[in-house]
Amino acid sequence: MALAAVLATMLGQLAVALLAIGLAGRGAWAGSVLYAASAAAGAIATLAALASLLAAPAPPETLILPFGLPWLGAHLRLDALAAFFLAVVNFGGAIAALYGIGYGAHEPSPRRVLPFFAAFLAAMNLVVLADDAFTFLLAWECMSLLSWALVMAHHHSAANRAAGHVYLTMAGFGTLALLLAFGLLAGPAGDYGFAAIRSAPLTPWLGGGALLLAVLGTGSKAGLVPLHVWLPLAHPAAPSHVSALMSGVMTKVALYGLIRILFDLLGPPPGWASMVLLAAGGATAVLGVLQALMQSELKRLLAYSTIENIGVICVGLGLAIAFQANGMTAASALAMTAALCHIANHALFKSLLFLGAGAVLTATGERDLERLGGLIHRMPQTSFLFLIGAVAIAALPPLNGFVSEWLTFQAVLLSPVLPHWGLKIMVPAVGGLLALATALAAACFVKAFGIAFLGRARSAAAATAQEVEPTRLVAMALLALACLLIGLLPGYVIDGLAPVTRDLLGAVMPAQPAAPWQPIVPVVASRSSYSGLLVFLFIGVSASLAALVIHRVASHAVRRAPAWDCGYPEPSPLAQYSAGSFAQPLRRVFGTSIFRAREQVTMPLPGDLRPARFALQMRDLVWEGLYLPLAAAIGYAAERLNALQFLTIRRYLGMVFLALVTLLLVLALWPSF
Amino acid sequence: MPHGLAFDIAHLLAGGLVLMSFLLLYQVRLYAMLNIFALHALVLALSVAWQALVQGAPHLYITALIALVFKAITIPVALHRIIQRLGIHREIETVVGIGPTMLVGMGLVALAMVVMLPVTANADALAREDLAFALSVVLLGLLVMVTRRNAVSQVVGFMSLENGLVLAATGAKGMPLVVEISVAFSILIAFIVIGIFLFRIRERFDTVDLQALDRFRGERR
Amino acid sequence: MAVLLSLVVQAGQMALVLLLAPLLTGLVRRVKARLLRRRGPPLLQPYRDLWRLLCKEVVLAENASWLFRATPYLIFAATWVAAALVPTFGRGLMFSWSADLIAIIALLASARFFLALAGMDIGTSFGGIGASREVMIASFAEPAMLLIMFSLALIAGSTQLSTVATYMASAEVGLRVSLGLALVGLAIVALAENGRIPVDNPATHLELTMVHEAMVLEYSGRHLALIEFTSALKLLLYVSLIACVFLPWDLAPPGAGPAAWAIGILAYLLKLGACACLLALFETAIAKMRVFRVPEFLGAALMLGLLGTLLLFVSRSL
Repeated sequence: MALAAVLATMLGQLAVALLAIGLAGRGAWAGSVLYAASAAAGAIATLAALASLLAAPAPPETLILPFGLPWLGAHLRLDALAAFFLAVVNFGGAIAALYGIGYGAHEPSPRRVLPFFAAFLAAMNLVVLADDAFTFLLAWECMSLLSWALVMAHHHSAANRAAGHVYLTMAGFGTLALLLAFGLLAGPAGDYGFAAIRSAPLTPWLGGGALLLAVLGTGSKAGLVPLHVWLPLAHPAAPSHVSALMSGVMTKVALYGLIRILFDLLGPPPGWASMVLLAAGGATAVLGVLQALMQSELKRLLAYSTIENIGVICVGLGLAIAFQANGMTAASALAMTAALCHIANHALFKSLLFLGAGAVLTATGERDLERLGGLIHRMPQTSFLFLIGAVAIAALPPLNGFVSEWLTFQAVLLSPVLPHWGLKIMVPAVGGLLALATALAAACFVKAFGIAFLGRARSAAAATAQEVEPTRLVAMALLALACLLIGLLPGYVIDGLAPVTRDLLGAVMPAQPAAPWQPIVPVVASRSSYSGLLVFLFIGVSASLAALVIHRVASHAVRRAPAWDCGYPEPSPLAQYSAGSFAQPLRRVFGTSIFRAREQVTMPLPGDLRPARFALQMRDLVWEGLYLPLAAAIGYAAERLNALQFLTIRRYLGMVFLALVTLLLVLALWPSF
Repeated sequence: MPHGLAFDIAHLLAGGLVLMSFLLLYQVRLYAMLNIFALHALVLALSVAWQALVQGAPHLYITALIALVFKAITIPVALHRIIQRLGIHREIETVVGIGPTMLVGMGLVALAMVVMLPVTANADALAREDLAFALSVVLLGLLVMVTRRNAVSQVVGFMSLENGLVLAATGAKGMPLVVEISVAFSILIAFIVIGIFLFRIRERFDTVDLQALDRFRGERR
Repeated sequence: MAVLLSLVVQAGQMALVLLLAPLLTGLVRRVKARLLRRRGPPLLQPYRDLWRLLCKEVVLAENASWLFRATPYLIFAATWVAAALVPTFGRGLMFSWSADLIAIIALLASARFFLALAGMDIGTSFGGIGASREVMIASFAEPAMLLIMFSLALIAGSTQLSTVATYMASAEVGLRVSLGLALVGLAIVALAENGRIPVDNPATHLELTMVHEAMVLEYSGRHLALIEFTSALKLLLYVSLIACVFLPWDLAPPGAGPAAWAIGILAYLLKLGACACLLALFETAIAKMRVFRVPEFLGAALMLGLLGTLLLFVSRSL
């Protein structure tokens, strides 16, 4: 039932895409109607997926469609994991489409956005539903290509073209890795149905190889360091509601692939896989947020912060593997729930923040934080909603980001019972990295919100900005509401995720209390508990009490006056702290070693009227140390192979002959054939 | 005496030794480093004395006494004088910053534990943690030597390394006294030799920065 | 009836921290002054200061937004709630289950988040410098705090402060290096979080050396009163935290009678007094650091937390 509903909405999205090819650009109304249709389809699919998730113990629905490989067909399957991800994908998609109604009117070339947008949503749905490797890879590749087309929507700027180039290369690499992973998983029998893969056990070596390839393939899509380089280029280049989709939703689809392969298809994952994920996750979290702190462009900052959150999720997944490999299924369920919860939360608040950045972009035409400021006066609603997103992503109570970070920390705290010494010592260290990343994320979003929305306007565009349309505000408000609700009532989310962990790990977290004010309990109440609602009410009551008492007893007088600033107020808004200067202390502490940041101040001599100059130089060591040499090596190899283009026919024939003989030799010498 | 308390105090002292090694890493001034080293030796002496009490091995008291007299008093005082005479009480030039050094140190401690604890799983709890801590102290001492340019601080790193060896020796029951005394004396002789060398280096190059030696050998540029 | 009683006890705790916070600040100032052979302000001076500030009019910068005006109430509420969740005179209070130590740290982080934003609201350079340095300090102090909390939680098997306090008061604890490391680390974090010497100087108004004061430079009147009150509450919170974990004696058990509560409050007052004297002594004995020494100082706390966790693995029970 739910599967049919989701399929119908996918067809609806495709229809929107087809109509959009003809209609987009005919006028603003056409775009609005199409975006509204897409939003409606997304909403229906969200409801269907949620219904399927909550009706959990029911067996998974399956369907075989007669396309794809002739002997295989397209297998589709809707189980609890898929239902959860469908809900995340479609909710994010519906909100982005709703936002698109207003945002599309500002789009110079709607024909380059709308058709791909709807088809992109359908492709992501198909990835999640796929039940055989062929359909999965096909949908995965469609998702990559369609999002590439969206990144290239504004292809007039050279930076965007470069971003598209890097993205396409990395997406190709990721798909290749996944292709090989599925090749290993399917084994010599070559049965690409997931059911067959599930039932066929692999040798440790082959399984390990498939696992590493899967981590590479999905990690390159999700943005795991060092495969993240395309992400901060491509996500900001797309139109903002597409950025929200790519950052908030597509990275989650990549993680879906990882979870599906690691926990479902591969059988019980080996223990060492947890070390890989923990190390990669910890490094990703810290590097991502440090990079985010150094950015002065709002959307790029958000993209880097996505990398950080992917790291946090990977730490959760790594913990889940570690516990599961050692037979502690309850702890494993806790870690898995934390990761899934963070997946949903990040989809919500990152979409919210990207949509907010899009509102700022259309209102001011500025991406650069150094030219924004004071928007809280011009765009009060947007800034309030963006603030909610910022508080949520900074993992502050009582919003949802804190809940998932808290659950992850609780899982970290269970690590001493692990029997493996390396893990025992590694997990607290990774926990420290996670704590560092959390604190830096708060700093990063103080900067993002403080520079863009507070203070005085740094440019004329920011000083004259106008609030955006109501539809866009509604889209953002829905996300903010979801952030708040999950933060206040996390118990329901944890219970809702129970079918997923039961399917994957065979264990669930303890059932949470039914009453909304009772605290959530990850293990036992005496160990740890947290109630978002109570904390929220507590703060609300205390703040109102304080306000009440103070307004009773204290002076009411308020006088507006120029800013004090220790007696030396500087009239130019350019004298305010900028994004660069805000990050300077942290750049000095971390940047000198990690980014090789070098500051150079040139002071004029006394009496000289030249202005002082400040130059900052930063380098991306991952890019320079890994990608440039790789690109150089590939260039070199290509140069050598270039000679093969200019051979005589006899030599070409000789090469074909040689290849044939080599293959036959391999066949003859291969032991198992 | 309850076994729990005996273990707790031994653990406290041995852990204190690791902490002292970290303090050595954290210090950038020579005098402060010497004071910490004296403290290092004092903690070692206490730890050895406690082991003597717990194990009922009186010869360990002699080891403790040697540690106290030579390492906690004589050598620091002597080094203090040397620094005074050389006039090098400025800051030590570290090769890498303090933060990364501490991180590496933390990694080394983790490594020592990951290596030692599974290997000694069947040993007595007391010997087990002593060995893990001792290996950490040895590795941290090496780290001090590697990350400092100044010859005096390298001597201090070397001595702290030796303290780790003594801790390991006392933890393993039945280590004969002769071995310890010979170790102690060899260290003393090494100290004297190094002391003489310090003055020789100073006379010839006007500095105790070991880079000067590298330059002299033509290894740098 | 029992619910009502525990509600009253919880309310009592909230009132107690509110009442004692300015007194603690006054005590520290007083002892510090005596150590410097000054006479020093009277003990109750902080109360008078607060009252005077409350009676003054608010001078608001022309471009102050709603966030600037709401922040004092928000941070006061967040800090007050956090302070109410730390056991002071009794364990297992009614609302103590609504948040554990991680949540308390996060509540303080929320307060700091909003205060830093308020510092940037007017668009002055001092507000910016304060906010930027505050988040730099916080991004070391918070992970250090969490790592220290890890080692505590691993020892006590819980992040719930009531449970931790119960465990620490029991005989099972024994002597552990990790606890000592955690104590030193926690003290360092507490100094940094409260802007005490050597990280920041609460008494200075020299622009270039201040962090916290630079952020709140534009506040006046009742808003400033609330912010000052919040700082006092935060100091009290950290002292109570150290007291409840490392001096866990004479905490009234849940459901105890008035006699146990009275003993608990008396013991709490003594602990506060002792900690205040130690703080004053330390602050008098040490000089303020350069801003860029602070990361090393807090990095040491972070290392202590990590080392404490590592050393736990070679101890008895883990």
